[in-house]
Amino acid sequence: MSGKTLHTPNRPAAVVAVILFAIAFITYWDASAMTVRASYGMGANATSYFVAVLFVALGVGHLVSAFKPFDLEAEASDWKAIGWIGLALASLIGSIWLGGGFIVGSTLLFAFTARAFGRRALLADICIGAVLAILIFLLFNKLLTLALPQGPLERLF
Amino acid sequence: MESFALLFDGFSLATQPANLVYAAIGVIIGTAVGVLPGIGPALTVALLLPVTFKLDPGGSIIMFAGIYYGGMYGGSTTAILLNTPGESASVVTALEGNRMARSGRGGPALATAAIGSFVAALIATIALAFLAPLLVKIAVKFAPWDYFGLMLIAFVTVSATFGSSPLRGLTSLAFGLWLGLMGIDQLTGQARLTFGVPELLDGIEVTTLAVGLFAIGEALVVASRHLYKPEKPIPIKGSIWMSMEDWARSWKPWLRGTAIGFPIGALPAGGAEIPTFLSYNIERKLSRKSEEFGSGAIEGVAGPEAANNASAAGTLVPLLTLGLPTSATAAVMLAGFQQYNIQPGPLLFAQHADLVWGLVASLFIANVMLLVLNLPLIGLWVRLLAIPLPWLYAGILVFASMGTIAANPSVVELLLLTGFGVVGFLMRRYDYPIAPAVVGLILGPLADNALRRSLQMSLGDPMVFLQHPSSAIMTGIASIALVAPFIFKGLSRFQQDED
Repeated sequence: MSGKTLHTPNRPAAVVAVILFAIAFITYWDASAMTVRASYGMGANATSYFVAVLFVALGVGHLVSAFKPFDLEAEASDWKAIGWIGLALASLIGSIWLGGGFIVGSTLLFAFTARAFGRRALLADICIGAVLAILIFLLFNKLLTLALPQGPLERLF
Repeated sequence: MESFALLFDGFSLATQPANLVYAAIGVIIGTAVGVLPGIGPALTVALLLPVTFKLDPGGSIIMFAGIYYGGMYGGSTTAILLNTPGESASVVTALEGNRMARSGRGGPALATAAIGSFVAALIATIALAFLAPLLVKIAVKFAPWDYFGLMLIAFVTVSATFGSSPLRGLTSLAFGLWLGLMGIDQLTGQARLTFGVPELLDGIEVTTLAVGLFAIGEALVVASRHLYKPEKPIPIKGSIWMSMEDWARSWKPWLRGTAIGFPIGALPAGGAEIPTFLSYNIERKLSRKSEEFGSGAIEGVAGPEAANNASAAGTLVPLLTLGLPTSATAAVMLAGFQQYNIQPGPLLFAQHADLVWGLVASLFIANVMLLVLNLPLIGLWVRLLAIPLPWLYAGILVFASMGTIAANPSVVELLLLTGFGVVGFLMRRYDYPIAPAVVGLILGPLADNALRRSLQMSLGDPMVFLQHPSSAIMTGIASIALVAPFIFKGLSRFQQDED
């Protein structure tokens, strides 16, 4: 949280501008590769071009504001906590990708997220997460007949 | 009087025993989720949408109405007892409500919020029942160019007028519009921005975007800033009932709040922030005990809460009659309707009159149930507020991802959810509003459709939008609303900071 002086370039705005230009380019490139043509009026690519122009305009706006005084201070972030949530979501995605099923994935998601928020009792959280995941699975798969991804554990029920 | 007969039919649908049960379940889980800190009505509705997937359309919409009102009510409970409003519309409630709770008057604060919400929703729902058919009569005459003009207004007011800066709001909107391009175009069958991924052909689910931006983004922000230090909900001491004086001081603010909230909510300019702020300021001026404002004045809870609920019912007017969502909550609700293959708009009243009036009737019923269930259950809601945040957010993430894969069991959907979560985190960190992205995603394809159909009918002449007086006026309003904030910097005082 260092005090920013008035003439520090607004780096986030410049980065956003670059991202906006990139999206505009991708959209333009995608639109130029479209093959289906409308018989009359505008084709599907016209809207893409329009959105691309909008992105360019917003990118220019961000570039301009990047050279203006900076009124927003980014707060310090605890990247470790964010890393734990990342790991939590990755465990769920991995578990479903590899066929581990919903219960295993959600248990890990629960336990690692709780860890990100400062809990230290990983084993206890795994148990709580497992109970929660099994309850949700039973409620939604059996009672509401939604198709949650199944793994070896789910097939036992 | 036709409305009355139809509304009566609606009540006979909504009061079937099974539907009453659905309404009660909706109200209870809506309140339970809405009460959780950091979860506003938009997220409540998005998270609970999968619960209603497998019911018949009538039952699911009725449960949906309960969830909606329950989520709104839950938000104000959090604002009063925890001083962490889950949504911008409750910010004002927290001002006085939390002070009241601190000075041991939490009970009357919750009661005036509940009864005020009830009164406001009741009046506003009646107004909805009368106004909607009139608006439908106008809306059926709308041509594509009129729709396009209307959507321009919605785009501009949602993004440019009330964000911390119009540039940021418009960027958020553009992100939503861009996501809206993805998938197969309805008019030509052309795939756009799918990058060869078959899962993207169907487009981006609004619920995935909303849950990712709101729930995952919020969790990342809270974790990264160590905002999880235990904040204890204020225990309710003394009677939860209002004294005679409380009643005397509350009933006028309720009515005034309703009168302010409903019309503003019904405009495409929408939003609940302005009516709540307006109501607060008016009550402070009119109160005979204006010195109490700032230390817990009951009028400051009664008025804004009524305004909040009335404007929520008001946003249903453009949503049901025009298919036009003007808030993040309305956008998620529209996504919900689409899940049941119901497309709100003027045709809805012709094709599914029973469903529309069933919904309106169940709004009344949900409203009554809220009042009956919530005051006695207040102790339960307070206990929910005391759940430790690590478990709370862990539970939210489990539920959020469950809803996403239940709707669409694929790894791609989860990757999208995670990606939107990261975007939501960055948007919060750098102060970009989130609601415009959700509204952009849902309105983008509709605007695209309206724009291209207009140009087909005009044989490619873009002047079609200016030749018809109606669409010319609306395009004009949209342009003024776009340019005005750059001219009057003072307008950005109303900072929209949604759930």
